[in-house]
Amino acid sequence: MQQEVIIAGFGGQGVLFAGQLLAYAGMDAGKAVTWIPSYGPEMRGGTANCTVVISDEEIGSPFVMNPTAVMAMNLPSLDKYEQLVKPGGTLVVNASMVNRAVERDDITVVSLPANDIAEALGNKRAVNMVMLGALLANSDILSLEAIEDALANHLPERHQHLLPANKAALEKGAGYKAVPA
Amino acid sequence: MAKELIKGNTAVAEAALRAGLEAYFGYPITPQTELLEHLSLRMPELGRVFVQAESELGAINMVYGAACTGKRVMTSSSSPGVSLMMEGLSYIAGTELPAVFVDVVRGGPGLGNIAPAQGDYIQIVHGGGHGDYRVLVLAPASVQEAVDLTGLAFDLAEKYRSLVCIMMDGSLGQMMEPAEIPPMQPLKTEIPDWAVRGTDGGEKRFLTSINLDPPDQERLNYRLMTRWQEIEANEVRYKGYYLDDAEFVVVGFGTAGRVSLSAVRATRDKGIKVGLLRPITLAPFPNAILNELAEKVEGFLVVEMNAGQMLEDVRLVVRGRKPVEFFGRMGGVVPFPDEVLTEIERLTAGPLTTEGHPRDRWLARMAEVLG
Amino acid sequence: MVMMDVPTKVVYERPAVLDPRVTHYCPGCTHGVAHRLVGEVLEEMGEVGNTIGVASVGCSVFAYNYFNVDFVEAAHGRAPAMATGIKRLLPERTVFTYQGDGDLASIGMGEIVGAASRGELLTVIFINNTNYGMTGGQMAPTTLPGQVTTSSPTGRDVTRQGHPIQTSELLATLEGAAYVVRRSLHNVREVRRAKKAIRTAFEVQKKGLGFSLVELLSTCPTNWGLSAAEAREWVEERMLPYFPLGDYKISPAVAELDL
Repeated sequence: MQQEVIIAGFGGQGVLFAGQLLAYAGMDAGKAVTWIPSYGPEMRGGTANCTVVISDEEIGSPFVMNPTAVMAMNLPSLDKYEQLVKPGGTLVVNASMVNRAVERDDITVVSLPANDIAEALGNKRAVNMVMLGALLANSDILSLEAIEDALANHLPERHQHLLPANKAALEKGAGYKAVPA
Repeated sequence: MAKELIKGNTAVAEAALRAGLEAYFGYPITPQTELLEHLSLRMPELGRVFVQAESELGAINMVYGAACTGKRVMTSSSSPGVSLMMEGLSYIAGTELPAVFVDVVRGGPGLGNIAPAQGDYIQIVHGGGHGDYRVLVLAPASVQEAVDLTGLAFDLAEKYRSLVCIMMDGSLGQMMEPAEIPPMQPLKTEIPDWAVRGTDGGEKRFLTSINLDPPDQERLNYRLMTRWQEIEANEVRYKGYYLDDAEFVVVGFGTAGRVSLSAVRATRDKGIKVGLLRPITLAPFPNAILNELAEKVEGFLVVEMNAGQMLEDVRLVVRGRKPVEFFGRMGGVVPFPDEVLTEIERLTAGPLTTEGHPRDRWLARMAEVLG
Repeated sequence: MVMMDVPTKVVYERPAVLDPRVTHYCPGCTHGVAHRLVGEVLEEMGEVGNTIGVASVGCSVFAYNYFNVDFVEAAHGRAPAMATGIKRLLPERTVFTYQGDGDLASIGMGEIVGAASRGELLTVIFINNTNYGMTGGQMAPTTLPGQVTTSSPTGRDVTRQGHPIQTSELLATLEGAAYVVRRSLHNVREVRRAKKAIRTAFEVQKKGLGFSLVELLSTCPTNWGLSAAEAREWVEERMLPYFPLGDYKISPAVAELDL
């Protein structure tokens, strides 16, 4: 059993951290995981993405062409990855940052205004957690609890005070369910 | 000891330090810089030596000097920086000093880019610097393997008074995976007899790579080469996957090896008996197992992130007994498993040939890929 | 002739640290003088058994044969980097490099500037004889304007071949350099002053005050095409105006040294 997730968005949207959190949770669950970012100049103010693979066996490629799930935090990410999601996979879209509907009908699509949700929660920077909550609630990658535990276990000491706000964002996102195709 | 999720570059740095690294000399270059950054904090914390040199040339010559003291020393860089180090590496080899260097390979030639590549294979495995010498080359494919090989690198360097290179690529340097880093080892207290330290009234020692009398140089080169024979006999390492009943074998190292693993599994799911040979030591090269496979399988596919550099070493062992085909991506492009899968299917579907050169056939196919 | 029994006094002796062998240096070349001064200073300081030398590439490539101290041989220009590696791991030892002008000021300019700027606790003995001696007298970074060498056969034309580098002046601008001076070996008085400077340079290292370098104007009669005596005059007449002797950097801590 192998899950492959690509998380993509603008630099500063917490793309890399959301991916690391997934990887931590996978590791804590005793699975093999890889986390690999796009790196280099393109990360400065431009788009950023990372690929997370979670598997029951030794992971081969850390790169995937057709991921089982994509979290698209903005329009360029939706444009780039919509067609690449594996049939039957999951696509979570940040509706706050895109101006078009998803075209695919052979995948599970969750569209949620993550920016607005985060803002309503009083935590603008938690867009990534809102999106991640929605991803977990609409796939069988890992449980929401696993992610919350990973947050508690791996958030650096100086950021531990952000734990309740992040959990709230995860849970809010998890309330969004896929529109039946 | 619990596993931690850690970046390849950082993991190698921490593993080196825990293996008793006493001095690090380096120069920033992407995608290797985290290695240097990690040690810039950790080494001084432990009262050990960290110097950010004026250039890679400076760094490798600092390593040269430091290695003359018989202590555990290393440097790290990425392709263009390693090119600059070649002078010092040849001198270190010529002086028979143990030293470890890491090459986090990126796309080239020239300035190229900072994406993952394996284009330094020939440079690192078959020389680089001038003169007759060989370098032990270790090619990890995961963060854990990089950690394990780092400790081994120092042991091998000292055992054979030789250079050891840990050759990774940018993706392994940047990738995070769970890894268990061994506990802190005490620093070496034994100083080898040859190391300089000041005579304190005793016999003078001197270390040099100069041998103006050619027969002297020839004797040294002979010693280096017989030592290499010993290394070839004792230090070959590789990992085989699904080789027992394999009818076809993919050969790939490092990231290309693990990308191939995904493709091999996908092929197996289709009922095709394919195995994977992933060399861990590129030098010494796993000739024996490859030779054995050449006797029993129907064909090979070499997969690399370059234009077919290890390919020639494979062909040298297979010697035309079986068809060898090649698939590579170059210049910082990493192949996807799907592409390798297509290539495996092409190989297994035949027709197979031992005529011509596999690179020519691959280049012809690449013309379509590149448009 | 009547042999008289008179009391004798040793007025000249080879320092024990110098190996009793014939050097490969040309007659009239001042490398031997420089070696002797370094040897005398190490003996006077009781540092012989505590010293590691770093030889460079050039005429002094065999310096390691002549000193009975631990020695290593660096790649061309890289002696300061190699010495850095040794000194950082063996900080209690005295480490010096011995480099010529092509080695230090051309191919090794990066390494010497790096070491000086970091304030490495090294002592550099820098031989300036205005040419690449070992390879037969080509133009060096220190070759004087108009000077004929085998690679500036019509005389160094500064518009095409650039200007000589005044190394001590350049390195003196670096904060990490504690002691940078230029001396000469062309007459007895200057040789004595040179020895004092070499002593100071090693004391600066010993006391951890920073990077130290003594530039020594030296003769190269063979490649200059002059006799030994003429070569010494050439230093006086031609080199001194372009490379004035003097103290280019004396850090405040060095100024307070009481030697």
